[in-house]
Amino acid sequence: MAGAKEIRTQIASIKNTQKITSAMEMVAAAKMRKAQNRMAATRPYAEKMRQVIGHLDQAHPEYKHSFMTEREVKRVGYIIVSSDRGLCGGLNNNLFRALVKEIKAQDDDGVKSSFCTVGSKALGFFRHFGGKVMAQITQIGDKPHIEDLIGTVKVMLDAYEAGEVDRIYVCYNRFVNTMTQEPTIEQLVPITSKEEENLSHHWDYIYEPDSKDVLDNLLSRYLEALVYQSVVENGASEQSSRMVAMKSATENADGLIDELQLVYNKARQAAITQEISEIVSGAAAV
Amino acid sequence: MAMTIHVDIVSAEGAIHSGLAEMVYAPGAMGELGIAPRHTPLVTRLKPGEVRVDSGKGEMQHFYVSGGILEVQPHIVTVLADTAVRAHDLDEAAAEDAKRRAEEALSGQQADFEYAKAQAELAEAVAQLRAIQRARKAK
Repeated sequence: MAGAKEIRTQIASIKNTQKITSAMEMVAAAKMRKAQNRMAATRPYAEKMRQVIGHLDQAHPEYKHSFMTEREVKRVGYIIVSSDRGLCGGLNNNLFRALVKEIKAQDDDGVKSSFCTVGSKALGFFRHFGGKVMAQITQIGDKPHIEDLIGTVKVMLDAYEAGEVDRIYVCYNRFVNTMTQEPTIEQLVPITSKEEENLSHHWDYIYEPDSKDVLDNLLSRYLEALVYQSVVENGASEQSSRMVAMKSATENADGLIDELQLVYNKARQAAITQEISEIVSGAAAV
Repeated sequence: MAMTIHVDIVSAEGAIHSGLAEMVYAPGAMGELGIAPRHTPLVTRLKPGEVRVDSGKGEMQHFYVSGGILEVQPHIVTVLADTAVRAHDLDEAAAEDAKRRAEEALSGQQADFEYAKAQAELAEAVAQLRAIQRARKAK
């Protein structure tokens, strides 16, 4: 019966694990809903911002901010948005794989890369992978705030203005739906805004205090809002990916338990049969 | 009926207000602004203060903003409100913090303790920042 006992403890431990995974699944489902709401809440700001930038683009052709002008690319910057915690399926790894591919392609063209990381998984990745990490932020939690990101974004933008990087990308997992999250690499700077809406006559804003000051403020806020949006979106992706991963883990545990139960029953039956035959043969011997 | 102008107040973390108004008052960088319908296009930075929306019928709605950008089109007023207290040196300090964190996190085992300390300090700084914000709000 020794084998049967071992199997029994194994079943018990799998059941415990299953309890944990199913609890995590439910927690992730609840958090996912909240994260999705948060994602929806960020949209109006980004849309309004885009409108204003679009207006500015048409209104003021003579003053061009450096964020809006293309230049030759020698070094690119990546802002990598990852999760702080694991157990969320292949979410982070998929992103890093897409990123590494991109970096390789850039490297072949003789373009170097610098990085800013958001979330501890990305930081851990670059510890092994190597590379120039200029700034990082971890532990942003389930409710990211824009002020947590200001520093990290500013480091990148300062590098851009100083000419250290010539293009900035943001990498995150785009939330398509609960089942699908897509690793996405988007260009942040220079801003490529093409607004279809056309205003017929030539006009310009009144700027207070002056156009440079207003534009500097506006553009850095716009970029922060974009990064914030990708962080929020990545958060929703993380939760839904975790929910799916935990769901399949729970199902796997079910399958394992069924199999083990079968093995256990067989072992038990074999032990009983053996015992009976021993008794019978013992009785026959007497 | 009196002329109205559409007002949108949004922040990065959510929409705050949307509706029609007869008059909008906002704390511009160079002084208080009153915006009536068909105002000429204008963009300005906002100071921390109160945005008031006069929706007619003697109703006045108050919104606190800790700064942001105001855009005026003849029929639309957009307030892009900040959720954080912004100042040049605060931003600078945040950037420095982010850089230092990266350096410390990547400089190996020895820095681990320092890193924890830096995190704690950062948390404290954030708490202070929030307190300032709350104090300003209470005013």
